[in-house]
Amino acid sequence: MSKSMKSLAVAAAVATTASSIAGVAHAANVKCYGVALAGENGCAAGPGTSCAGTSTVDYQGNAWKLVAEGTCATMELPAQADGTERMGSLEALERDIPS
Amino acid sequence: MSDFQAEFSSALLNPDIPTPEGVVNPDGKPATKRFDVYRNNVVHSLVSAMEEAFPVVKKIVGDGFFQAMATQYVRRNPPHDPMIMFYGDRFPEFITGFKPAESLPYLPDVARLELARRECYHAGDARPLDVSALSEIPEDKFASARFTLAPSLRLLDSLYPVHSIWHFNSVAQIKISNPQEWIMLTRPEFDVVPYLLDHATFTFVQCLARYQPLESAIAQCETITDDFDLSAAFGLLFQAGIVTNIET
Amino acid sequence: MANLSQYTNLPHQAGVGYKAQHLNDILAAPDDLAWIEIHAENYMGDGGRPIAQLRHLREHFPVSCHGVGLSIGSEMPLDTDHLQRLKHLVDWLQPAMFSEHLAWSTHEASFLNDLLPLPYTQKTVDQVVSHIQQVQETVGRQMLLENPSTYVAFAQSDRSETDFLAEVVKRSGCGLLLDVNNVFVSATNQNYSPEGYIDAFPTHLVGEIHLGGHEEDSDELGAPLLIDSHSRAVVDPVWQLYDYTLAKMGPCPTLIEWDNDIPEWSVLTNEMSLANDLLERHAQVAAQ
Repeated sequence: MSKSMKSLAVAAAVATTASSIAGVAHAANVKCYGVALAGENGCAAGPGTSCAGTSTVDYQGNAWKLVAEGTCATMELPAQADGTERMGSLEALERDIPS
Repeated sequence: MSDFQAEFSSALLNPDIPTPEGVVNPDGKPATKRFDVYRNNVVHSLVSAMEEAFPVVKKIVGDGFFQAMATQYVRRNPPHDPMIMFYGDRFPEFITGFKPAESLPYLPDVARLELARRECYHAGDARPLDVSALSEIPEDKFASARFTLAPSLRLLDSLYPVHSIWHFNSVAQIKISNPQEWIMLTRPEFDVVPYLLDHATFTFVQCLARYQPLESAIAQCETITDDFDLSAAFGLLFQAGIVTNIET
Repeated sequence: MANLSQYTNLPHQAGVGYKAQHLNDILAAPDDLAWIEIHAENYMGDGGRPIAQLRHLREHFPVSCHGVGLSIGSEMPLDTDHLQRLKHLVDWLQPAMFSEHLAWSTHEASFLNDLLPLPYTQKTVDQVVSHIQQVQETVGRQMLLENPSTYVAFAQSDRSETDFLAEVVKRSGCGLLLDVNNVFVSATNQNYSPEGYIDAFPTHLVGEIHLGGHEEDSDELGAPLLIDSHSRAVVDPVWQLYDYTLAKMGPCPTLIEWDNDIPEWSVLTNEMSLANDLLERHAQVAAQ
């Protein structure tokens, strides 16, 4: 019997008793998946439309200043499988980006 | 006259193009600052939409950097339809090509995750099947059974721990230890619920989502691992409430 | 099957632009609110919380559906995909009112997310009339067209905004949404009399009024330049113009619009009471 067929046979057997699957699910959840991190509800509705204008002026020019002020500078990331260092941070720079 | 809107819209998105001719103040004089109100409305409203849409990308790079990056994006990629809730679909690719951000190679995938969360949030509602639906599949139809999964399901695999990065920046500053992550997003009711999966289980869900028969989904998982636990994977599907139909 | 709404009309009272952050306040005292308005495009997703909220709200309040993305003033054909999305929304929502803007926002494949102005000429009248007819035929109901806030004029315009609107309503059969703050903003920016504008406006066709706040700026020559920001309270001169408008046309459903720097619910209920006071006073005058 091929491995796939064996799995299927097992699954078919398990499927006949729904309660045992529910039990498996719970156990698997704790054991393997490490899932469902708590406290992540409340996705914001995200951007919506408005029919209003604005008086905050920020349309002009392409000259801009880049300063690393976000969490990229402090967030520690593990190295890649091959050991390559992955933590990066933005350099502070000032330049004109052609549009 | 016939293409005044072409000229008007180009000038809105490009500050180097002068105010279009014929755009005037009450005395018939050129209205540069008045036209700039429209320029400002367009860019400001779209950059604000990007800030709302990608709060974690913004937090990672900081406000000033994000605004500069989003302004470039907005000018080159204005929305293609009025559905602002989905604006920014080309942002991941844009970030990949954005030189000042190249030292943060995980950033495009963070944007992908934020896009996927929004798609999940606004996707169609669906009623999941109870786990008892599995026992209704005749044994000889198991191999060929195909599963329909909830429209809100989103799958994202990344070479980076992008879900942990998202979590770090929006929930709590956890220690990030996974080298890479396979993410499944579901929406049981109104809120997005993320799951971190192992590679084989992720592949299993992905195959089912592509409407492959069960047997071929399993076969693909078994190329990844020798001890793929099918019943645990089934348990996950029904616990997460993402199976909406089974065709035998 | 369409689930017909029990609310087929907006009451002649003040309503408010619905924001999700006010949901709990609204449901805590639903009797204090006469009607709501929503922006159509925010409810064009396939499902989830926004749609569920709107399905719930429509059971409790008359809803006015206000589109912000059709680009009726466009010189290009309308986006038929978007028009179908609108039709789908109107079909299930069955709003008490549907309105859109005299403006354009889409050019070719770009949606610019702002209500952009158009010259007032015979050619643009023809374009706008044909687009409104297409919208009304597709959606299967009359729409109201809103007068815009404008910051510039066009050298090629050969008629006033009120003459333009009068011809549009006559030929298309649409009604009008009169934004009194927009009248004040445009009249100041374009240096004409706001009362004169109201006098010339076909007020017998107005089905809804908007009131909102604006910001003050000035152009490079020092002339006043008002920005329709919906970010603050209605100012006194706009309340006076609203009073003047009601004296001419009688009470009409009136929306308080506040889209940026959204305040606490009590600030909005206060704005609504101010509008309701004026509406009541003019209802009494009309009854005499």
